[in-house]
Amino acid sequence: MSSAAPTTSSNFDTDKIMLTARELFCARDDRVLFKNLNFDLPEGQVLQVQGSNGSGKTTLMRILCGLNDSYEGSIKWYGQEIEDQAASFFSSLLYIGHRVGVSKVLTPVENLRWSCSLKQAVSDEQIMAALKEVGLRGFEESPCYTLSAGQQQRVSLARLIISPASLWVLDEPFTTLDTKGVALLENILQRQAHEGGSVMVTTHHSLSIPELTVLSLG
Amino acid sequence: MTEKQTTTSAAFFATLKRDLLIAFKKKNDIVNPFMFFIIVVSLFPIGISPESDRLTEIAAGVIWISVLLASMLSMDNLYRSDFEDGSLEQLLLSPHPLFFLVLAKNISHWLVSGLPVVLVSPLLAYMLALPEEAYGTLVLSLLLGTPIMSLVGSIAVALTVGLGSRGLILAVITLPMSVPVLIFGTLAVQSTLNSQSPLGYLSLMLVMLSVSVSLAPLASAAALRISVN
Repeated sequence: MSSAAPTTSSNFDTDKIMLTARELFCARDDRVLFKNLNFDLPEGQVLQVQGSNGSGKTTLMRILCGLNDSYEGSIKWYGQEIEDQAASFFSSLLYIGHRVGVSKVLTPVENLRWSCSLKQAVSDEQIMAALKEVGLRGFEESPCYTLSAGQQQRVSLARLIISPASLWVLDEPFTTLDTKGVALLENILQRQAHEGGSVMVTTHHSLSIPELTVLSLG
Repeated sequence: MTEKQTTTSAAFFATLKRDLLIAFKKKNDIVNPFMFFIIVVSLFPIGISPESDRLTEIAAGVIWISVLLASMLSMDNLYRSDFEDGSLEQLLLSPHPLFFLVLAKNISHWLVSGLPVVLVSPLLAYMLALPEEAYGTLVLSLLLGTPIMSLVGSIAVALTVGLGSRGLILAVITLPMSVPVLIFGTLAVQSTLNSQSPLGYLSLMLVMLSVSVSLAPLASAAALRISVN
């Protein structure tokens, strides 16, 4: 039951707009999650998606990544249909969902070696440096089932540091992080925006990032 | 931004390596189907008759059916934990063709659950008093048949991975699809026993394997996309 406030994009060049969503409509079990949802995501911006529980934040994120196709409306990547340039879109996209994609049996290093190499070549030095930055030094070779939920979340955040992807779609990345972790992630998001990348993030935290725009659902 | 993108073969081998690594860390993925296979086959001489004449008659069928059942046992490992921890979504969002990534997972699954069963089959054939001249055919038919079961079973697992309680549905989908493999596998061994050439049946299985390799990963990939939707 919602129509979202569209964010303005008038100050941006059209070719700098990564993602354009127009007239998005999604219903689940006869309940309208959102309708007539329009937004633009320009380069260098962090878009925070807000909304109450069950307002369709996760659904929206999965729709944008192409994991969910039960929607109407158009989503364009640099002004073109995503299907027409799937390879370019998927190599520029990094998605971290509720389930963070960290296998509990493997160690952080083994996890990152695989999940990063699905997209780009990665060296062990890069992985070690990233793990150190997210505060997992000393845990590189521990199986992930011995790590806490927050530490596993940090393993997935290390992917943000390694990845050259220009579009990050992050679903509730702050939930299990401690205050230091929250500051670290805000820092990483800001760096991404400074480097001209964009972030879509769902969270109930109030983020202190200058490049922030808020999209409200519900 | 994409200049460092991996090649599809690098992603393929990374996936293969990861799945093998997971299997070797969770040892029961390897050991369970293997032990199950040996135990089920060993039950037949006890339950039916230890006379070698009767065992020879049923040996090929018993081994093949036990292989089918053992492969059912290990099937669920293929995508289940990846679905639960979110790795499957990462796999689907790779810029590389899902066909090859799924194929890598199927190959790894076969290396872990199919190959050990093939390797131990002559020993069990000996136990079931299968004449020596049929060992070669048995192993060859299993070598061709077990990968088909991994590939076809993969479709069923991919379809059902999103369901909360799957119960028997996996067996209900997979076992009927495995019937042709079972028929040609046992017929190949039988024809060797009757001093005929098994080549006809084996080449039919080779055809089935080639078709499975080229089509089943496509179906699995499509099914995975539906399951995470």
